Order: sequence, then C-alpha cells, then structure tokens
Amino acid sequence: MLIIETKNLTYTYPGGIKPSIRDVSLTIEKGEFVILTGPSGCGKTTLCRCFNGLIPHFYAGQLEGELTVAGLQVKEHPIYEMAQRVGLVFQNPENQLFALTVEKDVAFGLENLGTPREEIRKRVDWALQMTGIEELGERAPHELSGGQQQRVAIACVLAMQPDIMVFDEPTSFLDPLGAQKIFEVINELNKKLGVTVILVEHRLDLASKYADHVIIMDEGRIVLNGKPKEIFDSETARLIGVGIPKATQLWQILRENGIKLERVPTSSEEAVRLLREVLKA
Amino acid sequence: MIEVKNVNFTYPTGVEALKGVSLSIRNGEFLAIMGQNGAGKTTLVKQFNGLLKPTKGEVLVDGVSTRDISVARLARKVGFVFQNPDHQLFSETVEEEIAFALRNFGFKESTLKKRVTWALNLLDLTEYRKTSPFMLSGGERKRVALASVLAWNPKVVILDEPTIGQDHRQKEILRQFIVQLNAQGKTVVIVTHDVEFVAECSPRVVLMAQGQIVADGDAKRILTDPDVALQASIVPPQITQIFLGLTDLGLPTDVIDVSEATKALLEYLEGGNC
Amino acid sequence: MSVLEGFRFRHVSSPIHRRDPRVKFLYVLVSFIAAIMFNELPLLLVLFFLPTPFVLLAGVQRQWLRSLRGAMFLASFLFVFNLIFGFLSPENIPKTMSPPEYAFAMSLRFLDLVESFSIFFLTTSPDHLSLALEQSRVPYEFTFAFTTAVRFVPVLAEEAQTIMDAQKARGLELEKGNFMKRVRNYIPILIPLIVSSIRRSLELAEAMESRGWGASKKRTNLYALKMRRGDWVLAIVSLLFLVTVIYVRLYVPVPTFTMLLPH
Repeated sequence: MLIIETKNLTYTYPGGIKPSIRDVSLTIEKGEFVILTGPSGCGKTTLCRCFNGLIPHFYAGQLEGELTVAGLQVKEHPIYEMAQRVGLVFQNPENQLFALTVEKDVAFGLENLGTPREEIRKRVDWALQMTGIEELGERAPHELSGGQQQRVAIACVLAMQPDIMVFDEPTSFLDPLGAQKIFEVINELNKKLGVTVILVEHRLDLASKYADHVIIMDEGRIVLNGKPKEIFDSETARLIGVGIPKATQLWQILRENGIKLERVPTSSEEAVRLLREVLKA
Repeated sequence: MIEVKNVNFTYPTGVEALKGVSLSIRNGEFLAIMGQNGAGKTTLVKQFNGLLKPTKGEVLVDGVSTRDISVARLARKVGFVFQNPDHQLFSETVEEEIAFALRNFGFKESTLKKRVTWALNLLDLTEYRKTSPFMLSGGERKRVALASVLAWNPKVVILDEPTIGQDHRQKEILRQFIVQLNAQGKTVVIVTHDVEFVAECSPRVVLMAQGQIVADGDAKRILTDPDVALQASIVPPQITQIFLGLTDLGLPTDVIDVSEATKALLEYLEGGNC
Repeated sequence: MSVLEGFRFRHVSSPIHRRDPRVKFLYVLVSFIAAIMFNELPLLLVLFFLPTPFVLLAGVQRQWLRSLRGAMFLASFLFVFNLIFGFLSPENIPKTMSPPEYAFAMSLRFLDLVESFSIFFLTTSPDHLSLALEQSRVPYEFTFAFTTAVRFVPVLAEEAQTIMDAQKARGLELEKGNFMKRVRNYIPILIPLIVSSIRRSLELAEAMESRGWGASKKRTNLYALKMRRGDWVLAIVSLLFLVTVIYVRLYVPVPTFTMLLPH
C-alpha cells in the first residue's frame, strides 16, 4: 500500500536561481525503511520538507507537481494537519527542544492538538519508553548529551503517533556509537511499530543494514531508486560520490578477483557470514 | 614543538576534563586525537593555543609555557579551526574575513593583500572574494574559515571535528588537503571521532577516554585493537570489524582498508586453506 | 552582574518554593503597592525586614543578599540625587521629614521593590513560572517566547564563550586599546551571535510547525497548577496585608524619624 507518492515534483526556493528539486517522482510503501542519500546540495533536505508540508506552506516559493502523503494532498492541507501523520526530526538536536523539561517537550505536540491531559500523560510515558529514556523525564534539555537530546527529539515526534517519520541527518553531531544507538531506536520504531521511516544519511556504513529501499539524489533529481544491494553495487553510485559501505566495496573487489560471495553485504556482520562460507569451502 | 606535561584540567563547573595527560608533538607530525564525545579531546587541544590553561601541570609550545604568553601571540604559531564556521564569520566579504586575523597580527597592507589572494586560491575561493560569507553554502563557509586560519601561515594547524556534516566527496577532498598540508611541513592535529576517515590517512593516533590518554601510536595498531576500542568506546573501521569476526580462521586482524583486506583474503585462499 | 545573580533560580525545594507562583506574585504585588504607598522611613524599614522569615524559610539568604548588594550602586545614586534635590528645593519634599531622611526613604523604597521581586524569582523555578503564565490568561505566544528565551540562556552563554574563543584564536585581543577600540572589538563577537540566533529561530520555527503549532485554539497542558492549603493561606495573608496597608495609609498618622527626634 502506497503511503507517499510524488509525480514530477519541482520546487524553487523564493529568490532561488534554479530548482532545488526537479521532476522528482517516487513511491514509498507503508512500513518501508527508506534511506535517502546523495552529495550535499542534492535536494534531499528540500524533499524532506515537502513531505510534511513545510514546503510549500512555511517556505513559500513555487511547488509544482503532485504530492500525496498518507492520503492527503500536501498542497491543500496546513502543516498542523500533516504533522499528525508525518513527523520530522531535524539535524541539530538542541534547536528542536524548547521546553524546560524533557516531558514538557514531548508533550508539546499533543498539547497543540488539544489532547486531554490523561491521554497526554500516557503518550508521553509511552514515547519515553520506546526511545529508552524514561529516566530523563524531568531533566532539562541543556543538561543532556547530544545523543540523549536526539532521542528526546524522536520521542517528541513519536508521541503524536505519526504513520511516517522523516529523519534529516539525525546523527550529524553524534559520534559513531551515539549514531548506532539512534539507528537502533529508529529501526525499532520501524520494525515494532510499523512506522514508515525515511532516513536522510551520509553514514551508509552504519545505516544501510536497516534499509529495504534506497534513493540516491544528485543535483535535485533522483538518480537511483531501488533495493540497497543493487544500488550500492552500481557504478553510478560510486561516480556520484556516495559513501558506499566498505563491506560492499570489498565484495566488489573480491568479485573482480574471481571470488564470488553469495549476496552483496552492506554491513560487517553480513560480510563475515558470507566470507565464512567462501573461506571454509 | 608542543609538550603537554602531566596536565590536569577542571572546568569552573567542577567537571574534571583532563586527568594527568602527557603528550609530545614534534614539528611536522600528523596527529589525530580520537575518542568518544566528552572524552576530553577538545579540552586538550584548547590547551595548545592557550585558550585553556592547565589547572595542574604545564603546556609548552616551542619551549614557552602557555601561562607566560597571551592567546593572541600563541595563535600566531598555533592556528585553530573551530568546528562550526558560523562561530567565526562576521565580515562583509570573504576577503575581509580572511584579512581579519592578518590585521590583528599586524601584517603590512602589501603583504596582507598577497596573503589573502594566496589563501583564496588555496581553498578555491577566488570567485567569492567579494561575496558575503553568509551567502555561501555550508561547505563553502567551512573553506572560508579554513582559509582565514591558513592565511597567516601558522606552524601548527588544529582542526576540530572537520568531517562533521560533510558528504563522502567533501571528506575525500578534505583528506587530500590535510595530507598535503602536512607534506608541506606543517604540524597538523585533527580532533575527530570519524574512524574511517582516520583509517584512510593513517596519522599517529592519540586515543582518549574519560580525560586520559589510553593509547598513543600507529593508527593501524590502535584502530584494530578490540580491547582498546572497548575501553574508549569507539567503533573500529568496518573492514577491521569484518576481520575481527574471522579471527578463528587464522586471518590477520590488523587490516583497515579494502585493498589490504583483499590481499589478505586472496593469500588465505591460495595458501591452500580451502 | 550580581544583580542578575539574585534573580537566578537554583534547584532547591522549600515551603516557599512550592507555593503557587500566582499567589506569590500576588504577595509581591501587594509588597510593591505597600512600598509605593508610603514614603515614611520607619514603615519602609518595616517593609524591608518583613520578608526575612520567607527568605530564611526558603534558604535563599546568600543569593538575596547578593542581589541587594548589586542594587546598592543604584540605591546610593538615588540617595545622593534625592539628598541634593532635597536641599536644593525643600518645598518639594514632604514637610514631615528632613532632606537626609527623605533621601534615605527614597533609596530604601527602591531596595524594597528590588527585594520583593528578587525573592519571587529566587523561589520560583522558570518551569513553575511558565506553567503559571500558561494557566493564567496570558496568550500562549508570550509564555512560549518567555520559556524558550529562558531555556536558551545557557546555550547562548556557551555560544558566546565559543565565539570569543574562536576570535581570540585569530588574534583578537578584547582587553587592548582605548574605549572606542574596545567597543569595536565586540563586533566580531556580536555578529556571529546574532546570526546564529537568527538561524536558531528558523530551526525552532520549523520544529514548532512540524509538531502541530496552531492546530487547535484550545491548547491543553501536561501539568496543572493546583492551589493547596499553603497557597490559600498565603493568598489570605496577602489580602490582609493589602487591607492593612490601605487602612494605615488612610487612617493612621505615620510618624517619621524627623518627627520623633527632639528638636
């Protein structure tokens, strides 16, 4: 079942010389874990902002083409309506948290919707539990580490129980261990709760093992769209300059040297399993 | 060049960020200071240009204690490129931005002009000479910040987390640039948690955890040691992880890049172990 | 900055801290009115020492003294100004007091005002305060602006420090030069701070919109302030205080020290 559908989506920021995204046509199925990547400036951040209505409602400018998200035509629904179906987690954790305690921040979205107090309490506790930060409820955001702050940001969006969650480079400011933890949380949301995930990332070595769908953009257009294994093996991906996981690179070079592994690995665990089969044989 | 002698540092808030750290950096070395966020890496490098002074112990730059010289004078020798360029940029044009430090250091106008042109060229920013730095993209602003530090030709260049927010291609260009800087004789210190980046340029690695140095030496040796990785809570490079998972088959574990890995696997297979 | 120190909140709890901010504010308002209603030094002195039990109960003596010390500068200026004023145009000051007593009274009144507000902020956490604002008729936009500003104060302070470090590392010497030069030295600090704040506002706005800002005219709240027994007691005390003040002003002749001293 399709949850996002775009046809020839094109958008230019006000005062922009050329479109940030051009002729973007894609479909995303309910429950998918999608990785959206590409070099800086390729339009992925712009595309994310289309999904929840920041474009065109917050950012003005001209949005052409069709865009349907969770059954709604984005152009015709205000952001606060889209917000109940699509959540957006941004890059900088500090600038998404505005309340004085974690709980109040997580409650913010529900308060905006006019949700009754008992329901807010339940959802806040649930969201904190799902992101593994129950004990941080009464802490001030400034006292938290970057990784903790980002988990709060995720809980804030999760509390509204959207069908889709979009993450725009959520681990930019975190170290690899912190990044791994965030990806695990995101994966839980996808596998346990069935939330459709769109993750914009450069760190493919850490994130690609979770994805079932990869989209690569360059200069505003979609260049590659399909299953991770096919995409990372393609020459185009390498030429665009996407950071292909080392495990996949190893597979490619082994293949050139006549050693064929059963499948294309994107993570180290997979590579270990596949190599064992070949080495023991 | 830089000597850190048993330095302790506690922030005014009471946080003990450095506990008995000792380190020597020679002229022309290429050094990566690594560790988790909060391990003390940035606190340590801020001792090198005098922004922070040790609570106990001392730091010598070219034989002079950092307590005996002002930050401005130390900065002449030790250039520091901060993580977020937006914390530095304030001028009306890129040209002015690069000239700022040169003026502070008392360069003559004629020399200043030449230096600015040279720095613009070096970082591929000549077309933006008269542009406002605020109009540039994130990556371009990073280059302006870097140019403004290199312009005064410090002997030591410190880069604090230069890879954050960069895509793969930008990291490649940066890596080549840093290696070139070092080849030209500059002492280069990068503070980073990007293990793959370090694996590709192989500097001397100083690994920190909880305010102390837990390992100091060859990049390959340190990044492929699972005990050290555990102690410092770092994630080894992906290739190393693969080989660490295959130790029972007798494969080497000190592998960090793809070509080494291929060689090792091919040798293993040809060695009749199949 | 010690005046500001007196206004900062610490993570402490006491019977005073736990009082409903709305009632505390009522009390502060009454103290304010009382201070303005009187210019007789004896009464102003009483008003000055009146909050002492509250201060001790809340355990905030040190910070309270610090805020008063900070206000001393302005208070002494007021004293000198009013003293000169009193001597130069004695017909404009109340006939019941000598110029020095008048000057004393005016500066003490200022301290009374500073004191009541200082205690309010010392014993009320920003969260508590913003909750009180949310539950009163203040439009949510203002409460939100207030809370967000308070939330980002430590962030801004840290950022200012980082910017100073970054510019010092480029040879900027903040302490050098004459007055004009020193003022100009702050430009490389202020501009990045302002630009960064503008960027931050944009990111905050995006986050707010993305979490349903403006979805409903009737916003609900995770927390609720409930008036407890101690709050009713303080409310009644404040009202009695107000009544007493008005009664005294209208019907009781209040002496001044000048009147009490033998001539």
